Amino acid sequence: MSVAATAIDAVERFETAWQSQRREKRRQLWLGGLVLLVCTALASYMAEINPRNLFEGLPGAWNYIWRTVPVLRIETFRADMAEWYWGFWHWLKLLFETILIAGLATLLAFGAAYVGCFYASANLNGSRKGIWVVRRVFEIFRAVPELVYALIFVFAFGLGAFPGMLAIAIHSAGALGKLFAEVNENVDTRSVEGVQSAGASWWQTMVFAVSPQVMPNYVSYALLRFEINVRSAAVLGFVGAGGIGEELLLAVRQFIYPEISAILLMIIATVALIDMVCERLRTNLMGEGRQ
Amino acid sequence: MLQIVDLNKRFGTTAAVDGVSIDIAEGAMVGIIGRSGAGKSTLLRMINRLADPSSGRILAGDVDVASLKGAALRKWRAQCAMIFQQFNLVKRLDVVTNVLVGRLAYRSLVPSLLMQFTAAERALAIRCLERVDIAELALQRADTLSGGQQQRVAIARALSQQPRMILADEPIASLDPRSARMVMDTLARINRADGITVVVNLHDLDAARTYCKRIVGMRGGKIVFDGTPDLLDAAAVRTIYGDDVSAETGADAGFSRLVATEAAARADAPRQLAN
Repeated sequence: MSVAATAIDAVERFETAWQSQRREKRRQLWLGGLVLLVCTALASYMAEINPRNLFEGLPGAWNYIWRTVPVLRIETFRADMAEWYWGFWHWLKLLFETILIAGLATLLAFGAAYVGCFYASANLNGSRKGIWVVRRVFEIFRAVPELVYALIFVFAFGLGAFPGMLAIAIHSAGALGKLFAEVNENVDTRSVEGVQSAGASWWQTMVFAVSPQVMPNYVSYALLRFEINVRSAAVLGFVGAGGIGEELLLAVRQFIYPEISAILLMIIATVALIDMVCERLRTNLMGEGRQ
Repeated sequence: MLQIVDLNKRFGTTAAVDGVSIDIAEGAMVGIIGRSGAGKSTLLRMINRLADPSSGRILAGDVDVASLKGAALRKWRAQCAMIFQQFNLVKRLDVVTNVLVGRLAYRSLVPSLLMQFTAAERALAIRCLERVDIAELALQRADTLSGGQQQRVAIARALSQQPRMILADEPIASLDPRSARMVMDTLARINRADGITVVVNLHDLDAARTYCKRIVGMRGGKIVFDGTPDLLDAAAVRTIYGDDVSAETGADAGFSRLVATEAAARADAPRQLAN
């Protein structure tokens, strides 16, 4: 009898608690939805979003794309292709340069982020000031867009691939540094203590206890960054910082429509290829990381 | 000789170690027993300085270990090697590199950061692994080994430090009985053959009685027993563990059953991922 009575009490108590929890959750959902709605309305007002403008402009955009479609006839296909891709080898060389810019920049960024990230992790660096300083440096690095860095460096070092590479490297170092530091904070402290207890210095502990645990994640993030950097490097030419971008800008400026599509298609194919390769590598790495 | 004088460790308002004074003779094998939370771990970690004492002195000769810093602290840590319940290896490194970690305190920074070791150091590492019978596993990754094997790697790492003292914090609590015996036998052998002082935290009374000539009992951060195993009678066990504990095993039955099942489960877990 008493068992049944207490059981009912427990059920009733649960039911009331559950109901009130559900009411609270619903209230929060409505409140959140309302805030989101207001923010969206405000944002569209600020961004001058106008549906009519969009619909009126669409044919123009379509028209532009249509003009870039080259004339290809079956009977003169080879000649037409040759005319469309008249600068193929030159563009390929520039694309290669673009990839090199992205690759070297990612490598440099990896090095800088690796050296800095241990100082930015709360579980590894005892000095709160040190953490604060390194994190702010990373923030400054990644807060400024690559294009802005590129403009500054082109002004300082002149036209070419070097300023573009430096611009991407600095921005990526900030981005990777933050990600690496976050990975570090989930590291297994037992290995760290094991190495420390043997008399290892701080840097030795980082290299022997932390680094092996986090390296797959680092490399995975760096590959992801490399994908992004290839895309960035492709537009840096707009400000004279090397790569395929300059050629693309020229075509756009001079209204040489088929050339725009020719270069864009090459960029798309390259980016897609690199994405696929990096994706494959990262999947393998993450499988490795889970062990 | 290691002299600990009025050592305290407070976490907030609770005293984990409360006024402990104890001398440990060179070459002794001392077992520290007590319930979880009695302060055994904290005491050992303070000797290695993984934890900093709130007050008190730890004297090794005329050096006060409690106030060491920087390079001197690292040299001290190299001299008192630590062994942990969870082995604390770097799982993604191979076995021999884990052992070579014991040489880091003796290496200059730059070559060690490139994971460069001399042929002599590699030879020393292999000799250490040979002493714990797993030299043939040297090139395997640490996480492919069973629990017992991993603890033996940890002992090899300790040996490669060429320490004066080994501090073992519950070295057998995560192991199945057979591996546990093997690990305790190895520690006893090292103590006898090399004259290395061994201080070992145990919650298993039988192991303490079998392997240690001196047993220290802790309760509530204080030392409540210090003597030979034959002085450890039922009354002494009750002072260390409290009334609800059997004098034979030092643990209540339900708890020891739980520990046994856990250990068995861990031993059965498929750790041999590589094979």
